[in-house]
Amino acid sequence: MDFNLNEDQVAFRDAARDFSDNEFAPHAAAWDAGHIFPRAVIRQAGALGFCGLYCPEAVGGLGLSRLDSSIILEQLAMGCTSTTAFISIHNMATWMIADYGNDQTIVRFCPDLVSGKALASYCLTESGAGSDAGSLRTRAVLEGDHYVVNGSKMFISGAGATDVLVAMIRTGESGTRGISALVIPADSAGVGFSANLEKMGWHSQPTCEITFDNVKVPVINRLGEEGDGFRIAMKGLDGGRINIATCSIGTAQAAICRARDHLLSREQFGSTLSSFQALQFKLADMVTELVAARQMVRLAAFKVDQGDTDAAVYAAMAKRFATDVGFEVCNQALQIHGGYGYMQEYPLERYVRDTRVHQILEGTNEIMRLIVSRRLLSDADIESIQ
Amino acid sequence: MKVLVAAKRVVDYNVNIRVLSDNTGVDLNNVKMSLNPFDEIAIEEAVRLREAGTAEEVIVVSVGTSACQEQIRTALALGADRGILVETDEDMQPLAIAKVLKAIVDKEQPSLVIAGKQAIDGDNSQTGQMLAALAGLGQATFASQLVMGDGEATVTREVDGGAETITVKLPAILTTDLRLNEPRYASLPNIMKAKKKPIDVYTPEDLGVDVTPRVKTLKVEPPASRKAGIIVESVEELVDKLRNEAKVIS
Repeated sequence: MDFNLNEDQVAFRDAARDFSDNEFAPHAAAWDAGHIFPRAVIRQAGALGFCGLYCPEAVGGLGLSRLDSSIILEQLAMGCTSTTAFISIHNMATWMIADYGNDQTIVRFCPDLVSGKALASYCLTESGAGSDAGSLRTRAVLEGDHYVVNGSKMFISGAGATDVLVAMIRTGESGTRGISALVIPADSAGVGFSANLEKMGWHSQPTCEITFDNVKVPVINRLGEEGDGFRIAMKGLDGGRINIATCSIGTAQAAICRARDHLLSREQFGSTLSSFQALQFKLADMVTELVAARQMVRLAAFKVDQGDTDAAVYAAMAKRFATDVGFEVCNQALQIHGGYGYMQEYPLERYVRDTRVHQILEGTNEIMRLIVSRRLLSDADIESIQ
Repeated sequence: MKVLVAAKRVVDYNVNIRVLSDNTGVDLNNVKMSLNPFDEIAIEEAVRLREAGTAEEVIVVSVGTSACQEQIRTALALGADRGILVETDEDMQPLAIAKVLKAIVDKEQPSLVIAGKQAIDGDNSQTGQMLAALAGLGQATFASQLVMGDGEATVTREVDGGAETITVKLPAILTTDLRLNEPRYASLPNIMKAKKKPIDVYTPEDLGVDVTPRVKTLKVEPPASRKAGIIVESVEELVDKLRNEAKVIS
């Protein structure tokens, strides 16, 4: 067992950090304030390989492990949480097409997606189907060689700015077995987008409701077989949860670096804040919990890489823990900054706003607990969860 | 045409330098190390020459411990074709490095050698010039623009009074200033490809070079920390203080 990064991982980490420091960090506040989706910078990120991290090399991706991908995304998230979260979702949706698409679908969509020339959104949630995703109602009816899709998808990250939608659509019976995954070009006739939804954070990416009004989708655009959709959605989310947890860790690391510098420079009562034990202990707790969260995320990524039968459980535990810790660390870093932390001149309030949603999306942290407890209360050996 | 680029492993420019408590040097324990930023510019310039078809091969050479392989890999990821490490645990001073580079120049016979104008650790700005003298090559230091001609290079140099344009016959040595170019980012695929590029390893002994340090470091101290300033009430007071306290004007 070796907890050190290997030579490649160090090189990937440094490359990601270099890009993040120079292309994300200086602009993140302006993207946040102006609700700007940095399309050109994401394209630049794509040219460097960040848009197809764990897609297989055969489709133009880098074929990296989830562990390597997490190490890379963490560095990007230090510069801009929201943009990195979008890139991670794009990676997940692209991987779904690469892994479950037929040859035609892969050839049509993957080259542009892995290079960041085209971007993808993942469409699962509906206004009436959030945590209970299996109850989704957007329906596709088979007509010859294509489906006709009607319904709507809610809270779709990147919607309106992306080119490809990977959507979970009901093609059969009610429940999780009647769902199929379809790849829908965003410019298909009948696809409509709501105005950009106003939200607490994640301002550098748009979030919209998408409506489907008699949208024709070729049958060849289906991922896997009919009825495979929910399984594909959940499989994708194992990685997606690790990615979002990673975005929390990267942001929390940035927050700790800020908090530490503030403690050393801010003077009150005649000495720097770093001389007050209450704050020393707070900082110690923050970094201790962050290290624990990071190790848990890397463990979960490793389990997904191994194809472990309990990978989903590890991913759920890591997502729950790391997004809770990430939010709390950012919140404490804000507290250490006092009034300045609340001001937009400093990035702390943005860190807090951006990481808050990580406790909600890709499965709420309550659903994560459901996944863990369900596994623990099943017949299977529980001591194998380590 | 072959281009040889010198690359040094240095403490990353973002790191706050700490002096060891016994004043023998700088604390390098758990400190992030990087490619010297000026050398990154040198690599970028060489890779651009190759991409333009002016150069056929870009060779990157580093002198130091085996850890310098990391910086050679970075250079390979940025586009250099192959690497050379001259491995030694000796404290490498500019003259010793210049002698080692001279031996590599003799071996590889490059038409152009590009190095950073200085490394950000020692800030010596000596190695390039010493190499030029040892190898009997023309030198164009502090370059902010390079135009390759037939058997010569026209170089704009950043000098104290502004910019100076000179022509040097090839082979020559060029040292880079900040404005020569803006280095690219290493892409993830190129990092992976860099692993397959060869790195030859020599020792100074293999090259017949004596790298014994000639300069002895007696003591390393941090610069004095800046004292708090004062706010003056008027221009007259400022002028008075500059004249009578600071004594910088008369």
